[in-house]
Amino acid sequence: MDFKSSDPVTGPRTEDHLPHTAQAGVKIVIVGGFGVGKTTMVGSVSEIRPLTTEETMTQAGIGVDDNYGSDSKTATTVAMDFGRISITDQLVLYLFGTPGQERFWFLWNGLFEGALGAVVLLDTRRLEVSFDVIGRLEERGVPFVVAVNTFPDAPRYPVEELRSALDLPREIPIVECDVRRRASSRDVLMTLLRFLHSLARAKAPA
Amino acid sequence: MTPPQRRRRFPQEQPPQPHQPTGEGSQDGRPPKNPERLYIITGAAVEDGERAPIDLVTLIVASAELPPSASPEQSALLRICQAPLSVAEISAYLNLPFSVVTVLLTELLAAELVQARAPIVRQARADRSLLEAVMHGLQKL
Repeated sequence: MDFKSSDPVTGPRTEDHLPHTAQAGVKIVIVGGFGVGKTTMVGSVSEIRPLTTEETMTQAGIGVDDNYGSDSKTATTVAMDFGRISITDQLVLYLFGTPGQERFWFLWNGLFEGALGAVVLLDTRRLEVSFDVIGRLEERGVPFVVAVNTFPDAPRYPVEELRSALDLPREIPIVECDVRRRASSRDVLMTLLRFLHSLARAKAPA
Repeated sequence: MTPPQRRRRFPQEQPPQPHQPTGEGSQDGRPPKNPERLYIITGAAVEDGERAPIDLVTLIVASAELPPSASPEQSALLRICQAPLSVAEISAYLNLPFSVVTVLLTELLAAELVQARAPIVRQARADRSLLEAVMHGLQKL
């Protein structure tokens, strides 16, 4: 990538500056299939216009089982939209979501490490696109809640039917939401936080 | 109508475990068992292991004047970090991949031109007081 000194680099707008007292960032990752509303959710609660960060990866034989041992590598750029919510003068919450190709997120070193947790956003018209993501979160030990983005023409399933279809234990919250609405997206995040809090309480009774 | 049924890839898998404190150190001397192993291009002469533990949400703030020897990338980074900024935001504003920003920051940190304010939950599961603070902040939205 060329980086020329003549390239205009526009930093944050003045109103997007964090206070100098800002000490720490925490993050939540929003995962789900293509077109399920992840970026919409980020945008509906973010205090800044959502930004995009990216990572370049080379991968050998991802998802290509007959390609083992070959030297063929492909460079892939994974883009991630994110937004920001200032929690206090010291603490900033970042929300990451991605426009597509979810299998690559898990190759992004450090995306899930240190995250408070994840929101799995579902579209009931295409439930199966989330199966892989849920499996990977479980394998990584990333705590998550499930949020069903209620599209008008999508089938509505009782929560317990969804829970059974997704093969999720009963302690994992499943909620409905409309991610276009700020309050609804916020409630999803609150559900995740309460779930994380219950996990922390269970771990440390003191 | 019945929804499709998820099948677990590993039937005996355990319920979610807490994060491992070591974070991304997945190469703990064992041979690679995961075919989806990833190699990040850094494109710079920073050896593995020398890289500072920089997270997407590490906050960076400039701590010194711009030296004349600074590269265009370093200058731009220092300029936008007059107020604290996360690594993710730096990557977005500079239009550079995260790993490239990480390399830049490693150099700037070594030269003490920037300060890193580390994410506080890097080491372990978030504690309750942190979660309560985040909940309180969200309620104000």
